[in-house]
Amino acid sequence: MIRRLRSALVPYALALPAGLWLAIFFVAPMIVMLSVALETGNLISGFTLTWHFATFWQAIDLYHVQFIRSFVYGLVTTVLTIVIGYPVAYWIAFRGGRRKSTYLLLILLPFFVSFVIRTVSWQFLLADNGILLGHLKAWHLVSQNFHVLATSFAVVLGLTYNFLPFMILPIYVGLERVDESLLDAAADLYSSKREAFLRVVLPLSVPGVFAGVLLTFVPAVSDYVNAQILGGTSTTMIGNIIETVYLENNQYPTAAALSFVLLAALLIGIFAYARALGTEDVFEAAAA
Amino acid sequence: MSTPQPVAAARDEGFGDDAPEPGTRLRGGRRSRGLHIYTWVVIGWLMLPIVVMIAFGFNNTTGKFNFAWQGFTLRWWEHPFAIQDLTGALVNSITIALIATALATIFGTLLGIALGRHRFRGKGLVDLVLFANIAAPEIVLGAALLSLFVTLGVNRGYVTIVIAHVMFDIAYVAVTVRARMAGVDPSIEEAARDLGAGPWATFRLVTIPVILPGIVAGALLAFALSIDDYIITQFNAGQTLTFPLWVYGATRFGVPPQVNVIGTMIFTVGVLLAVANGLVVQRRRTWKPLSPALDEGATE
Repeated sequence: MIRRLRSALVPYALALPAGLWLAIFFVAPMIVMLSVALETGNLISGFTLTWHFATFWQAIDLYHVQFIRSFVYGLVTTVLTIVIGYPVAYWIAFRGGRRKSTYLLLILLPFFVSFVIRTVSWQFLLADNGILLGHLKAWHLVSQNFHVLATSFAVVLGLTYNFLPFMILPIYVGLERVDESLLDAAADLYSSKREAFLRVVLPLSVPGVFAGVLLTFVPAVSDYVNAQILGGTSTTMIGNIIETVYLENNQYPTAAALSFVLLAALLIGIFAYARALGTEDVFEAAAA
Repeated sequence: MSTPQPVAAARDEGFGDDAPEPGTRLRGGRRSRGLHIYTWVVIGWLMLPIVVMIAFGFNNTTGKFNFAWQGFTLRWWEHPFAIQDLTGALVNSITIALIATALATIFGTLLGIALGRHRFRGKGLVDLVLFANIAAPEIVLGAALLSLFVTLGVNRGYVTIVIAHVMFDIAYVAVTVRARMAGVDPSIEEAARDLGAGPWATFRLVTIPVILPGIVAGALLAFALSIDDYIITQFNAGQTLTFPLWVYGATRFGVPPQVNVIGTMIFTVGVLLAVANGLVVQRRRTWKPLSPALDEGATE
């Protein structure tokens, strides 16, 4: 009896340390943040919970431009990573041969360099008198006041660069699983190669693309490192606002409210996308 | 990745780039060569900032901004740790990553075993929390944890960074270990019990060795995530600086070449470890397995 009780407790004992850590430092903070968003006050006189819901509307009203910009940048980045990454994943999965793992390592190489340094390197590359523009200007190929830094292009380029491997990998994993006998079957049934791709390979790779979209879109929308290092005042994203309002202006309620709106908007976006895609694929992606 | 490697190898060996065999998944030669070139172009694009990082560690720059090439020098490599604050930040990054990885690996492994081996009430909830933890944007995780510390009046610094890193590392370790656990036949643990091993001996001598590759993979992932984390760290760092925080701060007044040198060192160590790991995995695949069950786990 005692023995059986003890063995029933084993999984709970195993899960306890991690469970407690996540409960205290992940789940509880979410609730605390919601309550912080409903407080009023300032750093000197302190903050008190006043259920001041208006903070949410004020925050959205004040920063809706940056919200919309972040989602546009995130969307463009995600589309670009699919367009750039799908053919690469396809080639490695179907044509990589014995060097597949070497190609995958090459795709993953940027992750061995710090995220911030990668972005700083792009700043080097794109700087007004840097490696690229400096020479182009010296050769009079572009005008002297032409610049790339501080534009939307630079920020989206940085985001696309930094998150491309997150798109290639899951698409590759999905394509790798495609059973080649299905293609034999398609050919036996007189389908052209193009048709076989469109009607067999492409649908089967949808779960991988879905996973890639999640891995790319969420961090791209909420990023502020690229906008800070490569962008300017006209490319401020919502992450930059949250960072500044929280860490520099110390307006905790506004920052907490903005974080919640961002989280909610992302959740709605993901669910809308999942609905549009069909729930079966989503379950498949979750299972994969 | 659960690639059935031998099958993949056998499949690919038969075809050269120019074998337009009908009825296979392979495209015709010309289009495939185009894709091959395209793949290398994308890889080249991915390499570009890495090359810049390495090259500008050798740049004989004089001003504050290390943007234009001014000749080759080794002087930054002779004194890579000359900037005290930067070196201090690097030491912080490494020690924080080590401590956070150790804690997260222990907690995450236990949780991964619980999820992979046992059925219990609340398992669905744990799965949901892990998924939410991995999927949530970093800035929300960072801001939420800071809200907790601010509300409780906790001073931010080294300890709060470690707490934050363990918080986001646990889920990755748990998921990795659980995946490994799923490939292990429970009957080998039962066999150990039948042969008289107690629960602790079974755990130590059978379960842990069998899932060790999963634990190592989870720990490496945790270390990599921890040492490179910027966003969550910044929210919970207070006045303490880590390597990424120092570099980010330096972008305002010019990044010194020592950053490139240290970045190149980290890059080299990481790539060497990855290649070594790849070779070990490959060798293990060709070894004669001890038992079919162990082999099934090892080829995962």
